[in-house]
Amino acid sequence: MKGRFSWFNATSIAFGFAFLYLPILLLVIYSFNDSKLVTVWGGWSTRWYTGLLNNQGLMDAAWVTIRVALISSTIAVVLGTLAAIVLVRMGRFPGRTLFSGMIFAPLVMPEVITGLSLLLLFVAINFDRGFWTVVLAHATFTMCFAAVVIQARLYDFDKSVEEAAMDLGASPVSTFFQVTLPIIAPSVISAWLLAFTLSLDDLVIASFATGPGGTTLPMKIYSQVRLGVTPEINAISTIMIALVTVGVIIASYMTRLSATRAETDKRKADAAMT
Amino acid sequence: MRRWMVIAVPYIWMLLFFLIPFFIVFKLSLSDLATAMPPYVPAFDTSSLSAWLASIKAGIGQFDFENYAFIFSDDLYLNAYWSSVKIAGLATFFTLLIAYPLAYGMARAPKDWQPTLVMLVILPFWTSFLIRVYAWIGILKKEGLLNLWLMNMGVISEPLTIMNTTTAVYIGIVYSYLPFMVLPLYASLEKINPSLLEAAEDLGCPPWKAFWQVTFPLSIPGVIAGCFLVFIPAVGEFVIPDLLGGSDTLMIGKTLWNEFFSNRDWPVSSAVAVVLLLVLIVPIVIFQWLQQKQREAV
Repeated sequence: MKGRFSWFNATSIAFGFAFLYLPILLLVIYSFNDSKLVTVWGGWSTRWYTGLLNNQGLMDAAWVTIRVALISSTIAVVLGTLAAIVLVRMGRFPGRTLFSGMIFAPLVMPEVITGLSLLLLFVAINFDRGFWTVVLAHATFTMCFAAVVIQARLYDFDKSVEEAAMDLGASPVSTFFQVTLPIIAPSVISAWLLAFTLSLDDLVIASFATGPGGTTLPMKIYSQVRLGVTPEINAISTIMIALVTVGVIIASYMTRLSATRAETDKRKADAAMT
Repeated sequence: MRRWMVIAVPYIWMLLFFLIPFFIVFKLSLSDLATAMPPYVPAFDTSSLSAWLASIKAGIGQFDFENYAFIFSDDLYLNAYWSSVKIAGLATFFTLLIAYPLAYGMARAPKDWQPTLVMLVILPFWTSFLIRVYAWIGILKKEGLLNLWLMNMGVISEPLTIMNTTTAVYIGIVYSYLPFMVLPLYASLEKINPSLLEAAEDLGCPPWKAFWQVTFPLSIPGVIAGCFLVFIPAVGEFVIPDLLGGSDTLMIGKTLWNEFFSNRDWPVSSAVAVVLLLVLIVPIVIFQWLQQKQREAV
């Protein structure tokens, strides 16, 4: 859609982004506040950040969270890639409707239901709850997001390159690893990053699935937030926001890079043809 | 052969960790508290896990609909369901009101700005939900930043009570789910062929009329997708009503959480979950059907 970009359009964009970013910006600014009182400005200070390093409970929880996110997002991407291939390339098979339902339903399912049902599963099969149950729970709900991201890429994928590889005698498996995977790699990386941040953020599902040794950072933050706003929480939140922002910028840079590389490859190929 | 293995791995995973757990929830919702979970057992003590397991197995043998009868006889649960749907519905409408002008402006912005604008909408979605809700506590509370500014500017003389009210819950939902509404709206607005609007203009149609008769009808798929994406998860929301809402803000996600973690009544929380799923199944199925239809149309 094109048309005149009016003052009304510019104002609505400005208001929209102010609404989206002002609360986060204020939180970041007040994490550098020297005063213990959150709304009284006492000058700039980084003392809440150095205080974090001495908070052993918070540090342990952060380490658990990072390990959970690393393992669960890796499982999620492997399963999500398989699920995306099943959805896009496998055609019709008995139970396909149920399968696509199971992939799409968790995207909108209330987290309290997902969390409760996984906990009851772990209890029913007598699986000791803790670190690994959180990993399994996170891998399950983030693989659905990964599958959706990857299947979108598979839909607008030129199938003829795969067919060419097979015609030249490549087996389906080596076609996948040598042709398909390199082409869909950017979407696999963004799916991994999405799964990683979703796992990093999750409070509700982890609270149900957890047990001894499985206390994550959001659970720790949540229990402190209920007691009130503290500059220390602002500081840890700022660190998480900074990490995620850097990750997203790197991811979008890589996607753009691979897009331009594909473009130049195509142009070279076209030039060679003529 | 290989084809079946590729299908089987994610299929079995989802059956085991998504579908079967729902049946367990359903089964437990049909058993009694006394047999399903002896009282006074600490919730996270793993040593008593096998005792629980045995009692759950015993409980499964005796189905009854007592928990459902209890839910439907107690006003608390019915009110919580009704007020969740009401709050989520109104919040979805407010989100649409704020998201539409933003998405419309983005779709009309110069082409080379658009990828950056889209990324700026997505970025907060990647930032922790909990942190974004937490950020509003410092703004909305009685001695918070909003009251501080409004009083300094002389707009109000008494601090407003927004924190721990349903108003704060609306603000929280609109804020947290805004990207889910903006992105589908932008996607459908961006696709609109500009020559349609030029044609309307050439035929003497004033811009506001062209908007209502051309642009808005063409953006309806985006409006519908955005509304479902906000409404469905908002009904079962827990973090927002818990942190921003007050004691009078009833939402079913919070009720379920309290039933489970405070009252430790697993069968009743399972029954609450089953009813919540029944409330949501209609919008979820309609949404999937619409998405499927759209994918096939492309």
